[in-house]
Amino acid sequence: MGELTRHVDALIIGAGPAGLSAALSLKKSGVEDILIVEREDAPGGILLQCIHNGFGLNAFKEELTGPEYAERYVKVVRENNIETLLNTAAVDIVTLQDKKTVILLSKKKGLVKVTAKAIILAMGCRERNRGNIAIPGSRPAGIMTAGFAQKMTNLHGYLPGKNIVVVGSGDIGLIMARRLTWEGCRVKAVVEILPYPGGLNRNIVQCLNDFGIPLYLSHAITKITGARRIKSVQVAPIDKNLEPKKEGAFTLTCDTLLLSVGLIPENELSIRAGVMLDPVTGGAVVDAELMTSIPGIFSCGNVLHVHDLADFVSEEADYCGKAAGEYIQRGPAKKKEIPVKTGHLVRYVLPSRVEAGKKALISLRAIAPAKNINMVVRTDKEIILKKKHRIISPSTMLRVPIEEVPRDAQYLEVSFIPEEK
Amino acid sequence: MNLPFDVIIIGAGVTGAATARELSRYNLRTAVLEKEADVSFGTSKANSGIIHPGFHATPGTLKACLAPLGNRAFDRLKEELEFPFERRGSLLVAFTEDELLSLQNYFLQGKKNNVPYMELLSRERTLEAEPNLNPDILGSLHAPTAGIICPYEYCFALIENATRNGVELFTQQEVTRITRKAKKGFIVKTRNGAEFSTRFIVNAAGLYADDIAGLVGITDFKILPRKGEEYLLDRRVGNLVKKVIFPLPSVTSKGMLVIPTVDGPVMVGPTALDIKRKDDFSTTREGLKTVFEHARKMVPSVRSSDIITAFVGIRPVATGGDFIIGKTRVKGFINAAGIQSPGLTASPAVAEMIKNILVKEGLRLEINPSFNPKRKCIARARKFIEKRDFNKLEHAIKHNKDYASLVCRCENITEAEVVDAIRKGHTTLDALKFMTRIGTGRCQGGFCTSRVLDIIHRETGIPVEKITKKGPGSEIVPFLLKKGEKIG
Amino acid sequence: MKKDLTCITCPMGCTLEVTYDKKHVISVTGNQCKRGETYAENEIFHPMRTVTTTVRISGADVPLLSVKTEKTVPKKLCSRVVKLASAVSVKAPVSAGDIVIKNLLDTGVNLVATRSLNRSS
Repeated sequence: MGELTRHVDALIIGAGPAGLSAALSLKKSGVEDILIVEREDAPGGILLQCIHNGFGLNAFKEELTGPEYAERYVKVVRENNIETLLNTAAVDIVTLQDKKTVILLSKKKGLVKVTAKAIILAMGCRERNRGNIAIPGSRPAGIMTAGFAQKMTNLHGYLPGKNIVVVGSGDIGLIMARRLTWEGCRVKAVVEILPYPGGLNRNIVQCLNDFGIPLYLSHAITKITGARRIKSVQVAPIDKNLEPKKEGAFTLTCDTLLLSVGLIPENELSIRAGVMLDPVTGGAVVDAELMTSIPGIFSCGNVLHVHDLADFVSEEADYCGKAAGEYIQRGPAKKKEIPVKTGHLVRYVLPSRVEAGKKALISLRAIAPAKNINMVVRTDKEIILKKKHRIISPSTMLRVPIEEVPRDAQYLEVSFIPEEK
Repeated sequence: MNLPFDVIIIGAGVTGAATARELSRYNLRTAVLEKEADVSFGTSKANSGIIHPGFHATPGTLKACLAPLGNRAFDRLKEELEFPFERRGSLLVAFTEDELLSLQNYFLQGKKNNVPYMELLSRERTLEAEPNLNPDILGSLHAPTAGIICPYEYCFALIENATRNGVELFTQQEVTRITRKAKKGFIVKTRNGAEFSTRFIVNAAGLYADDIAGLVGITDFKILPRKGEEYLLDRRVGNLVKKVIFPLPSVTSKGMLVIPTVDGPVMVGPTALDIKRKDDFSTTREGLKTVFEHARKMVPSVRSSDIITAFVGIRPVATGGDFIIGKTRVKGFINAAGIQSPGLTASPAVAEMIKNILVKEGLRLEINPSFNPKRKCIARARKFIEKRDFNKLEHAIKHNKDYASLVCRCENITEAEVVDAIRKGHTTLDALKFMTRIGTGRCQGGFCTSRVLDIIHRETGIPVEKITKKGPGSEIVPFLLKKGEKIG
Repeated sequence: MKKDLTCITCPMGCTLEVTYDKKHVISVTGNQCKRGETYAENEIFHPMRTVTTTVRISGADVPLLSVKTEKTVPKKLCSRVVKLASAVSVKAPVSAGDIVIKNLLDTGVNLVATRSLNRSS
């Protein structure tokens, strides 16, 4: 019985880029007793199936593929002898007074209970699916998320079909459009409900334009037909209320529909733990140290808020590991925290609190695209930062480093103000 | 050709399954022929999962007679067969004075149908029972015997027990011809060339019962398909209601309901639309709008943004609107057709009735001494995890280490349960979904599907590219990446 | 002649305005770094791309090994590169950076592994 309850200083849930970075920075900050748990059979997280490049330009000044980027961190974690339990899923977090116990189901070790001084949530995110966007029609085979198709193609060696339609112009869908075309499939179209693409411009070029794959903006799939397998989709232009129009509708025959319609932080575990979530980000509400509403439970990476670049995930997780390390060694600190507010055109800011007198790194996303606009950070007393942006878009996360939050500030507010002419 | 059977049941939905189980009590050679890849793939998997109290049906109809009888049997059946069932009770709610009068009529009708324990509740008592209901409600009819059930698990359990007790199940056998044998009985032929010989046929073919009856020349009824769309909400809003909430019914249906399910998520719907084709399973924008409008009227906090998935069930409405159960002018051919709502509720009583008809038609029954009414359901890890009963989970792991291998993150389903279902013959993703709930959670199979494919392959040898969603033609990932060569 | 291009060298995706004639690129504006110029010059006359794909691997815990072209190759050769990779099978163990196909289609560019995989235990 006693053998089944372990005590560690730090437990990290997830060995993707967030978990790996957090582990390394915990080690660097002097914590030795670290345990990483990972539900897959290899560390690296979602990066293992992201065989395309575009990673590492910030972190390593090199362009790397997903697996290469992951390996940089996996190697260092291994060299540092940080224990990682693979094939191990965390199913519950029980917080009783000060004690935090994580219940693990480990293929090798059975049921394991671990108490930890600090827990870092790094579970990443899942994909939004057809049910979430309620596409009418039948429910045949051949409908799947782009990430699932990516896993089956790149890790298992199976193609989902031959004639593909992609819903959503997020990066995963664009990348898969190219991948499947390269493997001999015909990608007939990418259908996007918004008037602008969700993914990076470079992916529009190298995944769609390169292959002549049409991108239909402001269009929606209005019906799926097919009994056993999907046979066709109806596509229609939409008006400004996102309602489909009758004119201009057309049918595309296909045997596969890939959905690339957004990512949702995977916070099932956090909810069980009683962590407070932010309905806008889908992730935990955190303070300046990326600590959640439960003392000693931290959060970083995609489970906290969806990132565009793995490099920024690593940076955030590095910061989080450091904070967790301080918490473990020093104990909970009294902080003078002030709220960070969302101003004009800002969809969310993270963290929601910063410490007066200290450094801060604020991440944020715009609510709508805009050109020639100023990002303004102000306190109740003064503007402390103003930066011009040629283009802002909801699909690009911005990060604002603040040297020192003014000691006398009551709050910070971030907003986008159009350039005065 | 197989050895002759005493009874062949065409259709393995709830009607066929319940009948098969009933007949398995006796020393008979019984077979069930199911056209799909697995049982319960028709209307039996796509309904509201309600065990009705029985006051909706017009007195004097078969529905009115069999539903309350069937309702009573579910406690015993649950104990014997271990499927999810809870007697939650139902509230038929009224918004106007006229509707309050209708409640009284339904109360009286229920009494005529022998529905027990009904009571008329005031507004205050109604809102006390269900605080999330629209405060404009004036009152309700409470029927404590209403229940919620997992219909496909019920169907699977019936068939499992029936086959354990000697009934033979043949899936992927679509009946295409029935010819009379010289002396007595029939030769039943299926699409892939198989032939079965039998003395009696029970036509439990659901949507296609009229087609099957037509094969022996019976054309006095038609099945008129009536589509119903239903929407499942995220588990997180699960506790909106505890009882099944009914509005006043319309001519064509019991109305759009707010239904708690045994597994947690709330369901809203169904619509009722008469359609031309029996295979129109499409959800529609209009359907979604209508469902949510009506549902919000009863439970204002229901939101369409909470939808995680939707499905369509088609009701096999027979000419005349009632069940058509009985012998026909073709000796030995028994109809069990038109089994729309409350067919699920009535199924135990329908099975009993069919057995009695068969006896009257000359089937001799001899009790099977080794009949075992019990069917054990495998322990579900998610129940332990939900209740934080980790000792029980540890115990399960000790006996079966596959309980320590989590396959479905959203619903906490382990490899032990998936393997158990596969070994029971369920090798399509839909069947596994119905049997274990894998893939029904928030991510709708995004995380677990690749694992399930591997497990099915490992357990059965079926190549991954041949594993289907619901039978041939619905393969999940039908092509190998590298020019048809085997991988790994 | 003038053309607008999106640079794909890094995720910034700068919009480049390129002025060119039949043989040379005359000017490039809109780039935030020097690589944008190089990209424009290539893209107008001989576009280049990095190919990422998989090859089969035997003896490892997984059936596929992710690979990439070490440098960019002419865009018109990309599908041939993928076809070549389809025909290749390597044996575990493999280290990231190992050459899987040398000198693809006489471009001087190698196809290399992007993941290290040990032999199956």
